[in-house]
Amino acid sequence: MDIFLQLIASGLLVGGIYALIALGFVLIYKATNIINFATGEFMMIGAYIFYSLTVYLKLSPYAGFPLVIVCAALLGTLVERLILRHMLGQPNISIIMVTIGLSSILLGIAEIIWGSDFRSLPPLFPRKPIIIGEVVLRSNLFYGFLMAIAVVVIFMLLFKYAKIGVAMRATANDQMAAFSMGINVKTMFTISWAFGTIAASLGGIIIGNIGGVQPTLGHIGLKIFPIVILGGLDSVGGAVLGGFIVGIVENLAGGYLDPYFHGGVKDLAPFVVLILILLIKPYGLFGTKEIERL
Amino acid sequence: MRIGHFKETYVSDQAVFATATSRFWLGILFALLLLFPFVAGDYLLFMANLAGITIIGAVGLNILTGFAGQISLGHAAFIGVGGYTAAILATRFNLPFLICLPLSGLMAAFFGIIVGGPSLRLKGLYLCIATLAAQLILEFVFVHWESVTGGIRGINLSPPEICGYVLDNDFKYYFLTLAMVILCVTAARNLFRTRVGRAFIAIRDRDISAELMGINLLRYKLYAFAVSSFMAGLSGCLWVNFLKTVTPEHFPLMESVRYLAMIIVGGMGSILGSIFGAIFMTIVPEAISTVLGLLVNTFPTAMSFLFPLQQVIFGLLIVIFLVFEPHGLAEIWRRIKNYFHLWPFEH
Repeated sequence: MDIFLQLIASGLLVGGIYALIALGFVLIYKATNIINFATGEFMMIGAYIFYSLTVYLKLSPYAGFPLVIVCAALLGTLVERLILRHMLGQPNISIIMVTIGLSSILLGIAEIIWGSDFRSLPPLFPRKPIIIGEVVLRSNLFYGFLMAIAVVVIFMLLFKYAKIGVAMRATANDQMAAFSMGINVKTMFTISWAFGTIAASLGGIIIGNIGGVQPTLGHIGLKIFPIVILGGLDSVGGAVLGGFIVGIVENLAGGYLDPYFHGGVKDLAPFVVLILILLIKPYGLFGTKEIERL
Repeated sequence: MRIGHFKETYVSDQAVFATATSRFWLGILFALLLLFPFVAGDYLLFMANLAGITIIGAVGLNILTGFAGQISLGHAAFIGVGGYTAAILATRFNLPFLICLPLSGLMAAFFGIIVGGPSLRLKGLYLCIATLAAQLILEFVFVHWESVTGGIRGINLSPPEICGYVLDNDFKYYFLTLAMVILCVTAARNLFRTRVGRAFIAIRDRDISAELMGINLLRYKLYAFAVSSFMAGLSGCLWVNFLKTVTPEHFPLMESVRYLAMIIVGGMGSILGSIFGAIFMTIVPEAISTVLGLLVNTFPTAMSFLFPLQQVIFGLLIVIFLVFEPHGLAEIWRRIKNYFHLWPFEH
């Protein structure tokens, strides 16, 4: 029983971090209808920038975070202005492939700059594990979870109350109507990319703090797909819920099934769940059903 | 459009090689392809075989994605299914190569139909992610179903034998590859002169309109998945028999992405484009490593940049083609041809 509780608890914590990364994905999808296959690489780049700032430049983490946010926003803006802006109105496959190409470029650049060696970030949180009842939680997982949730909440409040958030929601809802109300839709696209990149890189720092930084850190980005499909591609709340579900599912699968299959089930289980859900609900649990007209 | 060439009947409009000139050049090309192995060295022969096998896979993916409009991120897994089927049939059941070849195609087609099954309800991005899941699940099966697939060690094969003739080197294998490429390309080109092929294109352009015109969406989408995976299976069988080994690491997600990149760089919805794309994507990584090899003398660390640089250039190629030349190499080729048709009167 305590194994079960332990798995659920760490699943929840990991799920919170996934929710943040998925948020980075949904922010971009909601505003621009672009499936961003490079989310994982944005995470990796964010973690590496944080590493360079704190280790090479010896800045304190408190200075590191704002700087990473600025860099991520710049990266997101650049990517949108230089590449994705040209793809407006192109078919899905082209847009997907552009982001895949982008992920390949970022991966290569990271490997050229930082090499393929494993780097560990400076410790951000106290090392003492957190003990709740019989459940023992790794400290960097626990504090990482708190941080991720805090960021998610800040983003959600931003959407609900800030002027820019309302404008972004309006754009996502109906581009023509938003445009006619005086919202600059193209600026909103750029801002969504900046926000999405910021969310992804913060997620990258948290993940990097738990497991170290490597160019392949971005492979975690693949897990976004089960998460966002579970929640529906364009639902922020769904992404958060999906994050928790995937975190718990993969921990349970990893804990109970991995010994029988010699590993690997942990990463696969979310995709099996994904297929099952898609067969029953083709637009995910909370996704908007697209109504097609001729 | 060639000057002075009028299409007066449907037959001439649908003809694959409309003019005597194009038939002439095709003859020349065919003769050159036959002569190629006699003049080329081992390395070129190896590359030619690889390119040929890749062309078959790329044509398959282009039928599904470029012509029928269904995005697939699982193409490498279907190639893998074909490859494993060929290897298992040849080693466990000692079946001759000529029986393994179609059987591996059929097995891949069967998996294609299963994966394509949800395609009636799943559209666009959701389907794309479902095929991504299929790719990862099949990869998992290749690695973990050790009693059948041999796990990460894989399966080793002996060289294929056709009617008592053993294809034990690249030179002999080249003719098999060439024959298969010609067969598949001809089949694919002709597919789009038939009812089925036109239905694919109608589905790609607007699936609801196609349905209103009486095209059974599920059936034709499944046809597209089946034909595409069948070719993937053939490609996998040829690939496995060429390398004489099969391991899971030959069919990662990255390989599926590489195939998508090929048809984009070559030209989506163009058979010729698949051929160009496959050849291009086979040559470019080799060219990069050759250039880096030349730099090793001046910069001793150059080789350590090989992999990341290939990654960057691979990504750049995709992005640049999509932004500046969305119709790919096939379109560039068409422009070159047009230039010479009109030469020296450009306008």
